[in-house]
Amino acid sequence: MTRHARSALAAAAFAILGGLAPLAAHAEWGNVNMTVGVTELSKEIHSLHMTIFWWCVAIGVFVFGWMIWSLVAFRKSQGAKPDTTMTHSTKAEIIWTVIPVVILVIMAIPAARTLIAIEDTRNTEISIKVTGYQWKWHYDYLGEDVKFFSSLARASDEARQLKSGVNPESVENYLLDVDNPLVVPEDTKVRVLLTAQDVIHAWWVPAFGMKKDAIPGNVNELWFKVEKGKTGLYRGQCAELCGRDHGFMPIVVKVVTKDEYRAWLAAQKPGAAAPADTTSEPAADAAPTVAALPAAPRG
Amino acid sequence: MANTATHDHAHDHHDHKPHGLKRWLFATNHKDIGTMYLVFACAMFFMGGAMALVIRAELFQPGLQFVDPGFFNSMTTMHALLMIFGAVMPAWTGLANWMVPMQVGAPDMALPRLNNFSFWLLPFAFTLLLLTLFVPGGAPAGGWTLYPPLSLQAGDSFPLTIFAIHLMGISSILGAINVVVTILNMRAPGMGLLNMPLFCWTWLITAYLLIAVMPVLAGAVTMLLTDYFFGTSFFAASGGGDPVMFQHIFWFFGHPEVYILILPAFGVVSEIIPTFSRKPLFGYESMVYASASIAFLSFIVWAHHMFTVGMPLAGQLFFMLSTMLIAVPTGVKVFNWCATMWKGSISFETPMLFSIAFLFLFTIGGFSGLMLAIVPADFQYHDSYFVVAHFHYVLVPGAVFAIMAGVYYWLPKWSGRMYNEKVGKLHFWLSTIGVNVLFFPQHFLGLAGMPRRIPDYSTQFADWNMVSSIGAFIFGFSQLLFVYVIWSAVRSGEKAADRPWEGAHGLEWELPTPAPYHSWETPPSRAVISQGAMH
Repeated sequence: MTRHARSALAAAAFAILGGLAPLAAHAEWGNVNMTVGVTELSKEIHSLHMTIFWWCVAIGVFVFGWMIWSLVAFRKSQGAKPDTTMTHSTKAEIIWTVIPVVILVIMAIPAARTLIAIEDTRNTEISIKVTGYQWKWHYDYLGEDVKFFSSLARASDEARQLKSGVNPESVENYLLDVDNPLVVPEDTKVRVLLTAQDVIHAWWVPAFGMKKDAIPGNVNELWFKVEKGKTGLYRGQCAELCGRDHGFMPIVVKVVTKDEYRAWLAAQKPGAAAPADTTSEPAADAAPTVAALPAAPRG
Repeated sequence: MANTATHDHAHDHHDHKPHGLKRWLFATNHKDIGTMYLVFACAMFFMGGAMALVIRAELFQPGLQFVDPGFFNSMTTMHALLMIFGAVMPAWTGLANWMVPMQVGAPDMALPRLNNFSFWLLPFAFTLLLLTLFVPGGAPAGGWTLYPPLSLQAGDSFPLTIFAIHLMGISSILGAINVVVTILNMRAPGMGLLNMPLFCWTWLITAYLLIAVMPVLAGAVTMLLTDYFFGTSFFAASGGGDPVMFQHIFWFFGHPEVYILILPAFGVVSEIIPTFSRKPLFGYESMVYASASIAFLSFIVWAHHMFTVGMPLAGQLFFMLSTMLIAVPTGVKVFNWCATMWKGSISFETPMLFSIAFLFLFTIGGFSGLMLAIVPADFQYHDSYFVVAHFHYVLVPGAVFAIMAGVYYWLPKWSGRMYNEKVGKLHFWLSTIGVNVLFFPQHFLGLAGMPRRIPDYSTQFADWNMVSSIGAFIFGFSQLLFVYVIWSAVRSGEKAADRPWEGAHGLEWELPTPAPYHSWETPPSRAVISQGAMH
């Protein structure tokens, strides 16, 4: 390759990188990578993702470099003469079989380790049964007698109608907001048992790193443990095509402190004062803790 | 029967052929049937493409502007069925029909009447499928994967879809049998299996995959049919069945199907890169073995499409490792193509440009495939736009670009005329830029958390969706150039030489241009074969 071609190549590469940089700086445009998340597992998954990504980049630099070098250096228009004797090389074949195998083994080891941790559902502290319906979620806090449906919030539901005339930008958390979020405590190993009533759905909250199918007749499980201090609202969506309104059954998880969780749970139980959106019987003796927490948390 | 046979025999010699409609309806000539396959595939490509543009138009902005969510789901479902079974598979069969007899030194395909039948099933199959757009309940909307119980919620479209799939399956199996018989029995004397061009090799392997897995698909959809109409409960949990079992059966077909779509592409690219590098293919035998290994591995990786259904840990580990293993033979292929170009004398005609784009962009699809194999990360990627980006990278600039490369490459031999190189290059650049603007941002969308198969999305995904849609329209409309460039070449292109590409080797280039109606009426001599082989 001539010096001229080489510098042209470098200039092109920088132009591409330089052109992308201002885009990435912009807030919405910069939303291009997997979320790090708020659980130990989601962080491990993110770092696994980045590790494989950089391996791919490294292999890509090598392979694409090789291709580009060949395309530039061996141009017929530059008088390149073919070396027709070069037809095979057992040595080269062995090298480019063995090296990828080694790289794959290096990738597989941390992946297997993380996978084993993901599948370890021992010592969970809370179990919640999640049932997928067309097109909403049902949450059942096992052993607590607290259960409710969680559907797309009304503002989003109105805006998402065909030719509604409502600008989605004007709706807060468009399509990612629900009437009754799932409430879970921080720093607690929560087990989610998944099933479905009608068709297959999938429960996915990216910040927890996990996605699993909710299948009629099957019970799947996943777990997450939100790190201490990471209270807040986390949003996700159904991830398995489940019919007409598949795009309109979001998941919102409200992570609260353990104390807040206990108070919330007590307020939800039948017999406690009526929380706004769940249908429990109004009771005379209102639990004193209810006021500490808004009954119908909104995103 | 005997009468008909002698009658045909008398007439088929030299270039005597029936004219008008009869030539096509009763076609037994591999070139006529190949042409019909390719024209059919092109029509389906545009119809499936139009559906893709409906999808991308709706996704241009958040909010629902054009279509009902149910119709949107029909569009994604039909787009996939048309593109896979209507465009890519028939295009490969069309190329096999044209090229296999010419490349192995045969006069025609081994089973010409079967060939006619396998083609003519397709227009009926796709008429049935497209009719579903007009029946009560609308076209199938449960995804091309037809997962129950959702697919069983379909209306009147259900039996039409199932029957259409059966017809497509029969057509594919018959086409595959024809390729196997032709390659194994009709090679010219002196042409050993390891003298065959790589396109014949990859198609031979593809044909075996087809014969192995299309019956599995037929079985799966038949079980759906009996669940729907006859009260069985293969996949209904309430009757003791299991919806997950369908997914296992489906993907046991579905994963080899992926290689059915891409293996012939490896073959085409392995013909074109040596031609325009003016250098024999590097590592011919290892290419053959790599293709065979990929085909074998394709049978033991199916459950990587369903890592989120809740498999035992051992199962997940097995399917993760076997899937990662596919990177090895695929890598061997990419390295061999690179080594073929190395120290070559490269020129950049349209078929070569498409093959180079294939090399780069298929490799990107390979990288995202490797990432998807890593189960814990897949828990995030699964059913997100990252997957959509991945399989479109391997299927559009992968399979579709290779089909186009093949058409540009062999068109002079087929038609006797050259296409317009300038328009061809314009088509290439618009397609390549369009396809990247279309699919690259979908990686970002998926990683940022956008699920696939949704008609509307949260506003945080708006920017890249708009970019993707712009790319879709650039890519979609630039395909009209493809039709134009072929049409104008066939009508009024410059006369092509017998060997229009100076670096081209292989028996097809030893034939006059345009290729005679009955390709090799007398088998080529050993000298011609060895001159053609050159590897």
